[in-house]
Amino acid sequence: MNPGNGRGVVSSVSSRVSRKSSETVPDQFPVGLRVMVVDDDPTCLMILEKMLRTCKYEVKRCSRAEEALSILRGNSNGYDVVISDVHMPDMDGFKLLEQVGLEMDLPVIMMSADDSKSVVMKGVTHGACDYLIKPVRIEALKNIWQHVVRKRKNEWKEVEQQSGSADDGQPKQSEDGDYSSSVNEGSWRNSKRRKDDDEDGEDRDDTSTLKKPRVVWSVELHQQFVGAVNQLGIDKAVPKKILELMNVPGLTRENVASHLQKYRLYLRRLSGVSQHQNNLGSPFMNPQDPGYGPLSTLNGIDLQTLAATGQLPAQSLANLQAAGLGRAAIAPKSRIPIPVVDQRNLFSFENPKLTFGDTQQQPQHLNNGGKQINLLHGIPTNMEPKQLVNLHHQGNSIPAVQSVQSVHNGSYQPQSRVQQPMGNYNPVSHTSPMINFPLSSIYPLPNNPAKGGFPEDVTSEMKGSTPGFVPSYDIFNELNHQQKVHDWELQNVGLTFNATQQANNSIDVVGTSIVGSPHQAFPSSSQGSGLSRNASVVHANNNNNAISMGQHHMSNNNFYHENNPVRVKLETPLFPEQFGQDDLMSALLKQQQGGIVPAENDFDFDGYSIDNIPV
Amino acid sequence: MDVIQMQRTWVEYTKSLYREGYLDSQFAQLQLLQDESNPDFVVEVVSLFFEDSERLLNDLTKVIDQQQGVDFKKVDAHVHQLKGSSSSIGAQRVKNACVAFRSFCDEQNIEGSLRCLHQVKQEYYLVKNKLENLFSLEQKIVAAGGSVPVDELGFL
Repeated sequence: MNPGNGRGVVSSVSSRVSRKSSETVPDQFPVGLRVMVVDDDPTCLMILEKMLRTCKYEVKRCSRAEEALSILRGNSNGYDVVISDVHMPDMDGFKLLEQVGLEMDLPVIMMSADDSKSVVMKGVTHGACDYLIKPVRIEALKNIWQHVVRKRKNEWKEVEQQSGSADDGQPKQSEDGDYSSSVNEGSWRNSKRRKDDDEDGEDRDDTSTLKKPRVVWSVELHQQFVGAVNQLGIDKAVPKKILELMNVPGLTRENVASHLQKYRLYLRRLSGVSQHQNNLGSPFMNPQDPGYGPLSTLNGIDLQTLAATGQLPAQSLANLQAAGLGRAAIAPKSRIPIPVVDQRNLFSFENPKLTFGDTQQQPQHLNNGGKQINLLHGIPTNMEPKQLVNLHHQGNSIPAVQSVQSVHNGSYQPQSRVQQPMGNYNPVSHTSPMINFPLSSIYPLPNNPAKGGFPEDVTSEMKGSTPGFVPSYDIFNELNHQQKVHDWELQNVGLTFNATQQANNSIDVVGTSIVGSPHQAFPSSSQGSGLSRNASVVHANNNNNAISMGQHHMSNNNFYHENNPVRVKLETPLFPEQFGQDDLMSALLKQQQGGIVPAENDFDFDGYSIDNIPV
Repeated sequence: MDVIQMQRTWVEYTKSLYREGYLDSQFAQLQLLQDESNPDFVVEVVSLFFEDSERLLNDLTKVIDQQQGVDFKKVDAHVHQLKGSSSSIGAQRVKNACVAFRSFCDEQNIEGSLRCLHQVKQEYYLVKNKLENLFSLEQKIVAAGGSVPVDELGFL
C-alpha cells in the first residue's frame, strides 16, 4: 500500500492497483487496506484489530469517536474505510458516520450487537455502506474492501462524467463475476486512460488521471458551501455557481457536486424526519410504494418511489439519486424534472399519476415548508421515504446544515440533476426502480465521448448533470451491496412488463432492460448494456433509432414493444446510472443523435417505438 | 501429568465448555486467530473481557441499587455493552443472560432486572472460572514443552 501517496486515497488505490496489475497480482488489492476502527468496547476493539490484521489490512483503532474524527481530519487521505460501533458514549455512531461521509467521503461500516431492523435502517439512511452485527466474524471483514472499490469506482465515474469524457470502456471492464479484479485493474486503468484521453478540463483542475486529491470538507469549507447554497437557493444551487460563490482555489466542480449530493441527502433526511407529520405518512424510510416492499435497502426505492409519484421533478429525482449515490448531483441544466415523473410511471405501476409538470410544483407534503430538505419537493409521499432513504443512504447528512431550513424553502428545482437519480434505481425491484433510471438516460451521459459528443449541451436536461452524472447505479450497489443488483434485475423485469401493460411508457421497457444488466457490484458493462437498450427505447422520442444503444443484455427487452411514448424519457436517465456509465452514455448519445433528445422539456418520446430497440 | 495427558485433558475440557454452552463458535474464531505472531492473543482478549465486564457489572449494580429510581436507559446501555463484548468473546451463556436482562429493562421491571443481574453475574463468574482453568492448563502444557492442541478440537 502506499498510504503516503498524498494524492488522495483513490490515487493510492489506483496506483496500487495498477502497480499490482502490472505485477499480475490484482488480487492483492485488499492487502494493505487502511482501516480505522472505532468502538468503545476494548474487547471488541482488540478482536477486530486482530481480525483485520489477519486479513492483512492496516488497522488503526480508536475507542472514542472524537479521537477518530480528529485523526481522520488530520490525515484525510490516510484511510480507506472506517468501521464504527453504533452505541458509543461520547458520540453517536451515526453522527460519526455523517461527519465522516461529509467531510472525508470515506465508506463507513456500522456495527452493533443490536440487530433490530430500525437500527439497521438508520444505518442505511445515514449512508453507511454496510452494517455488521456483532459478534463480527472474520469472514465479514474480509470483504469490506468492496466498499472502497465501489466508492472509488463511483467517484471515478462521477469525475469522468463531470469532465464530460466519455466513459466508454469503463463499464465493460468489470464483469459481474470478476468484478474485483476488473475493478482493480480494468476500471482503474480504464478510467485512468479515459480520463487521460478525454481530459476535459471542465472543472478538473489538476488531474488528468483519476488521481484527484481528496477534498476534505472541513467545517469552514462546509460553512462556505452552505452559505453559497443558501445564497443561490437550494433549487438553483448548481455546482458551478456554488463553486463560483465559494471561490475556493483548488476546489473543483466535481468536488462541489458530490458534496452537494450528500448535502441534499442530508437535507432530505432532515426534512423527512420532520415531515412525518406532513403527510408523509410513513417516515421516508417506509416504502410507501407497495412495490417497495421488501427492499432491504431503501436505496433505489426511495427515489423511485418518489419518481414514481411523479412528483419528484426529474431533477430532484436525479439529484436525489445522485445524492443517494453519493455522487455529485448533476446540475442539469435541463429541466428534466418531468421525465422523472414519467419514469416513475413506467416503473412503478402503482403510481401512474406522475405528473410531469406537477412535480415541480407539487410541494409534496414531504416538504412541509422547508422543502429544501426534501429534494423531492414534488415527490409524492411515497416516494419520499424511499428517496430519502436513498439519498440518505449516500450520505451523509450534513450535520452542520443549519441553514437547511432556509435552503429548503425553495422548491427544489430539478435542474438537470436528474441524472443523478438515475443511478439510484437500484433494484428496488418492485417498485419503480426505473425511475431513477430514466433520469440518467435522459440526461446525456456525459462521459461518452464516443457517442459523440454528449457534451453538456446535449439537451439541457440531459447533460446538465454531466458532471454529476455519476452512475447512480453504483451507488445502488453500495447500498445494496448485498444483492440488489440481482434483485433489481428481477424486478425490473417484472416491472417493465407491467409497465408495458400499463402502457405507460416506454419506460417500462427501460426498466426491464435494465434489469438485464446485472449490475452487481460493479455496474460496469452489464449495466451499460442494459441501459443502452433502454436508452434506445427511450429515445423513442420519436426516434427509434436511439434505442439501439447497445443492447447489451437486456434480456427483458422484449417488453419494449409497447410504443409507449412519452414515458420513455424518464427511463433513460434512470438506467444509465445503473448500467454503468458507458452504456448510458451511449444510450444517451444515441438519443441525441437521433435527435431525440427531448430538449428542454420532458422527454417525450412520443412515437418512439420500442421495436427498434436492438435487443 | 505428562504433556500428552495434559493436552488430552485440555481438549476434553474445551470440548465440554462448548458442549455445555459456556462458549460458542465465536470463541473458536478467537482460538483460530491466535498465531505465532500473537501467541497470547486469546488470553489477552479474555483478560480484557474480564476487566471490562467486572467494571460493567459494578456499574450495573450501582445503577440498579439506586433508591431514587432506576435509570433503565443506563441499565440498558450497560447491558447492551456487556452483551456485545460477551458475544464477541463467545461467552454464550453470559450473552444469553444479557438478552433476557434487556427485555426486563424494556419493561422497566425492577425485580426482573435484579434477578437478571444476579443471573448475569453468576454466568459471568462461572465462565470466568472455567476459562481461568483452561488457561492455567495451557500454561502448564507450554511450560512442559508441549503446545496447545487447538487443531484437535475438530469441530472448530
